[in-house]
Amino acid sequence: MIEEAVLQRVLGAALRTGGEFAEVFAEDRRSSSALLDDGRVEELTSGRDRGAGIRVVVGETTGFAHTADLTEAGLVAAAEAAAAAAKGGGGGTRTVALTRRATSRGYDIEAYPGDVAKARKVELLTRADDIARSSGSAISQVSVSYGDNRRRILVANSDGLLAEDDTVRTFFAVSCVATGDTGMQTGRESIGHTVGFELFDMYDVDELARRAAGRALTKLAARPAPSGQMPVVIASGGGGVLFHEACGHGLEADLVAKGASVFRDRVGQRVASPGVTVVDDGTMAKEWGNIAIDDEGNPAQRNVLIDDGVLTDYMWDQLRARKEGRRSSGNGRRQSYQHLPMVRMTNTYLLAGADDPDDIVASTERGVLVKHLGGGQVNTATGDFVFGMTEAYLIEDGEVTEPLREGNLIGNGPEVLQRIDALGNDFAMGPPGTCGKDGQGVPVGDGVPTLRVSSLTIGGTAA
Amino acid sequence: MTDELLELADRVVAMARPGEQVEAVVVRGTDTEIKVYGGQVESLSSAQSQGVGIRVVVDGRQGFAYAGSLDEVAITETLADARDNAGFATHDEHAGLAEPDGVPVQELDLHRDGLSTFGPDAKVALAIELERAVLGADPRISGIESAEYVDGVSEAAVATTTGIRSSGRETSCYVATYAMATEGGDTQTGFGFSVGREPAELDVARAAGEAAERATRMLGATQPPSGRLTVVLDPWVTAQFLGLLGYTLNGDAVQKGRSLFADRLGEAVASPLVTLVDDPTDTRAFTATDTDGEGLATRRNVLVADGVLERFVHNAYTARRAGTVSTGNAVRGFKSTPSVDCLFLSLAPGTADPAELVASIAEGVLVQEVSGLHSGVNPVSGDFSTGAEGLRIRGGELAEPVREFTIASTLQKMLHDVQAVGSDLQFLPMNAAGVTLVVGDVTVSGS
Repeated sequence: MIEEAVLQRVLGAALRTGGEFAEVFAEDRRSSSALLDDGRVEELTSGRDRGAGIRVVVGETTGFAHTADLTEAGLVAAAEAAAAAAKGGGGGTRTVALTRRATSRGYDIEAYPGDVAKARKVELLTRADDIARSSGSAISQVSVSYGDNRRRILVANSDGLLAEDDTVRTFFAVSCVATGDTGMQTGRESIGHTVGFELFDMYDVDELARRAAGRALTKLAARPAPSGQMPVVIASGGGGVLFHEACGHGLEADLVAKGASVFRDRVGQRVASPGVTVVDDGTMAKEWGNIAIDDEGNPAQRNVLIDDGVLTDYMWDQLRARKEGRRSSGNGRRQSYQHLPMVRMTNTYLLAGADDPDDIVASTERGVLVKHLGGGQVNTATGDFVFGMTEAYLIEDGEVTEPLREGNLIGNGPEVLQRIDALGNDFAMGPPGTCGKDGQGVPVGDGVPTLRVSSLTIGGTAA
Repeated sequence: MTDELLELADRVVAMARPGEQVEAVVVRGTDTEIKVYGGQVESLSSAQSQGVGIRVVVDGRQGFAYAGSLDEVAITETLADARDNAGFATHDEHAGLAEPDGVPVQELDLHRDGLSTFGPDAKVALAIELERAVLGADPRISGIESAEYVDGVSEAAVATTTGIRSSGRETSCYVATYAMATEGGDTQTGFGFSVGREPAELDVARAAGEAAERATRMLGATQPPSGRLTVVLDPWVTAQFLGLLGYTLNGDAVQKGRSLFADRLGEAVASPLVTLVDDPTDTRAFTATDTDGEGLATRRNVLVADGVLERFVHNAYTARRAGTVSTGNAVRGFKSTPSVDCLFLSLAPGTADPAELVASIAEGVLVQEVSGLHSGVNPVSGDFSTGAEGLRIRGGELAEPVREFTIASTLQKMLHDVQAVGSDLQFLPMNAAGVTLVVGDVTVSGS
């Protein structure tokens, strides 16, 4: 993307005012999307974003500037702006010798979306629309979206690192509205992987459309969710957003360093029930949060955060790791070249246990089974978090009975981790997610086996 | 500078082939973001960004493409992509660009030269002053999660083959902070902010004071028992509630069968105390704008009057489909085609201030913060459930802090259950104004 000699000169310009660390992050992203709604292919969109972000670190201060101009003049101007923002005291010239770091994803992209005819993408939309609409006469509206992007990045820094990556992601979602006597309900299904058009060899679009429609239709008969505390069973693959919120964000080193996490000073301590092992794993092939290198050029890693209930480590980016004299855990990510990296999750999941998932439900006298989770949110300083249930059922006398309307569940991270009293043997990853932090969104994955939390507060309206 | 963007948009439009409608949106912005921590600058970002979005409509089919660059090569490629994409859309008789509608654009004063003359050192000083004020506000303040100063200068131009030519520029800035308060091992957080068009309009002391107050008053919070209570929504929470409501009133949701209120025009959908107006021409609004995303004049639209549903909002497409005219509510960035949404919603304020409203409530909860609006509220079904924290109200007075509970109802029911609208209209960094709102019969789920 940029010649090595140019990178060296740009880093030199960035360090001219006495910076201790400088970095060039260049990105070239092509994306395409197609949307079908209300029975029509509304539009296809193509996008191109290309530019570089340059940061300079002096003491505790980071200066940052970005530019869409990838010529040497444009990059040097951005480097000077970043250096001015960081305002180092000293001066002088430093020369950086760059060493290219090999990166490997461990698998090949089979069908680059840019090489796939647009007509084939459109055909998927209309097919999913047809299937969803034929799933039930109560299906009153369907929207289908397809998206792909190819993101090439280059990272060069004053430690001599030079690394490049080329990532392809493909996404597909079906959203349905069902209308009945009780009003309207919605159902959505999405798939997304760090792969090309072969996504559609991995999944059956018809099945996806049927499931989305089925979810909306089921909820037409749903009763209001209960209000108050009861046991909650989370189904395998329904989404691990529970752990993403309950402990994931609280284990990000930048928040820990500011004292803004209930998990500060707790490494080595028991923070969860025995048997609970939580991992953040950027290396997980083809998953939505998969990366070969992070956005600071560090290789993705599999990091065990909680091992058999004991907190083992936080997640780290370059900046935080530098301050602590340790290595980054490969969790420095950013939305685009226009953003500074920070500590972010990749694929966060809970390892399977030994329980039979059917037994977990059967041994629950009265509770809620959440089969599909929506998003969530956490206040890391207090540990209080919510997550939505988009498909849930009442459990009565160990049997799954009536469907429930949507709502949030609320709990406190450290408390909920201690209340996990059953772990199924049926681990599965959930649908693709976008994690928002400080205004930046990055793709993340999550997964859980069937599990039970002995008590969570369910935010419905029924007594 | 803005003229330059309009000329660029004109050049794109001039490339239209016979039978093609072409629209170009060109934007450029300069943004500064300063975060401070421990009395020092943690990060200072300063950058220019730009982009172009091109829409092509040919024979009832629409295509779109964008590029985050204004160079000639990128523009030519973008136009070609948009043109190619149009070939894959389904024919739609209503597809098309906005056309001049004769509604004069009100020249709003949204740009301040004061922002560009305010140097980086002065911006840093503001952010440091903010952090210092938070830390000094109360001995129980244990730190900050963040303290930042952010500003932006943005310019945009829209031109079309149908005769739209519009451009504008604006400035905005804000300071925001999250404070942490700690007492006996219990940590709570609270945020505060101040927004303006130039730094002179920012009230750093107020932002710091609010953050400290919100954090300290939550210390010792416990989970409340479940029950049905009257809730008092803090202006910040009300504004978020209005944002959700706005979705149900947009012409696209109405036409596609995703609005609760699709068939309810002329009916009482809310308490008579509710008058809801969308008015982006109100210059006090953070999202004020004189033209919409398609270059049409924005205007004041009364959506609900004394509880009766009066109107939906439209862009050019949804208006054409509904057989009416655009209400000037096209919303977009350069990376997307125009959608339709409310631009600046506000409730007509009542006469009682927040203290008077609380004094009128025997048993209730003041909700100062909600979470999970995106995960527990479904604007299509109307199901409403969010995480919440705040203060109990007992005998007309604010009592103990409560947290880890949810409030739940439905959007339909909440509108009818509005018991009072406060007099305390506030302008927040979002597309709705805040005001204290009293809603009866809400389910509180806790212990």
